[in-house]
Amino acid sequence: MISSNFWQKRIDKLSESLGAKNPTYDKWKREVLDNWVKHSKSTKSLPVNESKVVYSAEDSAISQGDLPGEYPFTRGIYPNMYRGRLWTMRMFAGYGTPEDTNRRLKYLLKHGETGLSIAFDEPTLYGIDCNDERAVGEVGRCGVNVTTLKDMEVLFDGIPLDSVSTSMTINAPAIILFAMYIAVAKKQKVPVSALAGTVQADILKEYIAQKEWLYPPEAHLRMIRDMVVFSTKKMPRWNYISVSGYHIREAGATAAQELAFTLADGFHYIDLGMEAGLKVDEFAPRMSFFFDSSINMFEEIAKFRAARRIWANVLKEKYKARDPHSLKLRFHTQTSGYTLTWQQPLNNIIRTTTEALSAVLGGTQSLHTNSYDEALALPTEEAAKIALRTQQIIAYETGAAEVADPLGGSYYLENLTSRIELEAYEYFDKIEKLGGMLNAVKEGYPQKEIANSAYERQQRLEGGEDVMVGVNAYREENEKPINILRIDRKPEFVQKKRLGTVMSRRNQKKVNHALNRLRSAMNNERTNLVPYIMDAVVAYATLGEIANVGKEIYGEWKEPKIL
Amino acid sequence: MENGKSLKFYKKPIRVLLAKPAIDGHDRGIYILARAFRDAGMEVIYPGLLPTPESIVNTAIDEDVDVIAISLLNGAHMAVFHKLMTLLKKRKVKGIAVVGGGIIPDEDKAKLEKIGVSGNYGPGTPLSVIIEHIKKRAEEARSEK
Repeated sequence: MISSNFWQKRIDKLSESLGAKNPTYDKWKREVLDNWVKHSKSTKSLPVNESKVVYSAEDSAISQGDLPGEYPFTRGIYPNMYRGRLWTMRMFAGYGTPEDTNRRLKYLLKHGETGLSIAFDEPTLYGIDCNDERAVGEVGRCGVNVTTLKDMEVLFDGIPLDSVSTSMTINAPAIILFAMYIAVAKKQKVPVSALAGTVQADILKEYIAQKEWLYPPEAHLRMIRDMVVFSTKKMPRWNYISVSGYHIREAGATAAQELAFTLADGFHYIDLGMEAGLKVDEFAPRMSFFFDSSINMFEEIAKFRAARRIWANVLKEKYKARDPHSLKLRFHTQTSGYTLTWQQPLNNIIRTTTEALSAVLGGTQSLHTNSYDEALALPTEEAAKIALRTQQIIAYETGAAEVADPLGGSYYLENLTSRIELEAYEYFDKIEKLGGMLNAVKEGYPQKEIANSAYERQQRLEGGEDVMVGVNAYREENEKPINILRIDRKPEFVQKKRLGTVMSRRNQKKVNHALNRLRSAMNNERTNLVPYIMDAVVAYATLGEIANVGKEIYGEWKEPKIL
Repeated sequence: MENGKSLKFYKKPIRVLLAKPAIDGHDRGIYILARAFRDAGMEVIYPGLLPTPESIVNTAIDEDVDVIAISLLNGAHMAVFHKLMTLLKKRKVKGIAVVGGGIIPDEDKAKLEKIGVSGNYGPGTPLSVIIEHIKKRAEEARSEK
């Protein structure tokens, strides 16, 4: 922990620059604006969150010298941004059996997708096997089911792992899926050092928002530490974590809360790596982030800019990182699922388009665009294709990608960037006073802040102060239903059958041996678990069997009271 | 209160068991509901994440609730509700209404109504509509006790 002076200094500096007097605006307001408002009849009220009607030069602490590709990277992490390399179009996909998803991945690659992103079903996310009583009705429902290495082999069949980068949205059992991915690569004769991709593996945001965990936080953090150390030494192209604000935002956080809690999680992982004996410049460059892009355009763009500025500053000044790569915040973006409506679903294409545009104007490194039917179900192939086309149109037709940080210098945007930055620093200070992020999370502090924001938002919707078209305004009766993707229970039966075959063919002695060795490795806090989990997955131990060894040792976790 | 009968029924606050019986942690909605029900004068029991249909039935009986309100977002609703309703029947539970909500396709709503799961509201439903429905079902449930 550092002295709270560190945050306070930044809070003071930002408050001072934001609180600066603006005589030009004050005079204009007195003489022009107030007069205008007094004599004009306003017809319809627009929902307004901003206090000022316009921003001017005095409001924005623009640092004239800031340019992309150099510290503090507010304007982007590469000097030529998308001219050098377009963002990766990475569509999150997964449903049904590994065969189903394998087909969808190949379909997306054929249509110009440039990176894979795998969605797993709920049993997989919770480390539960497909034949478990609790998995009834859920297998393959919200993503693809993976119970053993066999499923992973089918999932990537015909996709050479040295030619793609793969992002896997997996957290609590991340280390198991990570081991399976490496095992598939080995079967394909691809060296582990050639693998490119990401496991999400951000457990703090699970306790904060998505609530998918297996053990108490410390146990998961130890497994993350082991992955960080393993991949730092052996996988130069691997992002060992994707520190995620997406779920925090979708759970109800404001833009500033999303930013603050996500970066606070990121700082915690930096601490974790350093405590494991790594030097900051050895592993910080491979840390990646994942943000939401919601519907308020300018707020989102400002958030992305503030994220880069804060990260660069804190890594440099607090953690003493020297490698410029350590200072660059790289992030994936997903458009907001919460803003999609099941009323008049085609409107969602427009929502997703503006959100995707914000992400591009904010300098994202990769992007997933939601499909218009996702408030109802997982997307159909056609809907997913339109979502991908949305990115292609933004990239190739609109000109939005031609210039780095095209909105930099906008009085409003610069002011907003600083305001969001300030709010984040105030949260860091508060979190430190609570004893750091792990403690704050265990006490339920961010959870409560988010629940409050979610409730306030709901109240504003109910009161009509916030508008959602088709939901609380411009409603239509008797809408025609659209075609949606239906997933029956067939994947459950296919998966159970395959699991039965795998279990009858595997060498049970080998499995028991691997699980026993894993058990003793877990009992030794300093042992890196990755090789032990690799041995278990290669012996075709199931996801649940491996996860349950951890349960025996670490026990379970019940969340703190939020309400 | 429109009549004396409902006065009698509303004397004791309505007790609602609010649960998400699926392997799913997306709890934004359920926390909003819990707070809204509480603000509407109801007593809310929330057992935390990942309850099973069995544990829900046990809690509902132990806590003497009027309504079991289930939120399901991940497509497991048909399997879960079938199991829950079968259990309630098996245990001969009287005087507890079951209402549902979440992501439930239209064609499933009719099937759920048939087995006694009412409401089945989707996203965007005003809280007041849900609260009124719970009150109505609670009243019906109490008259069965």
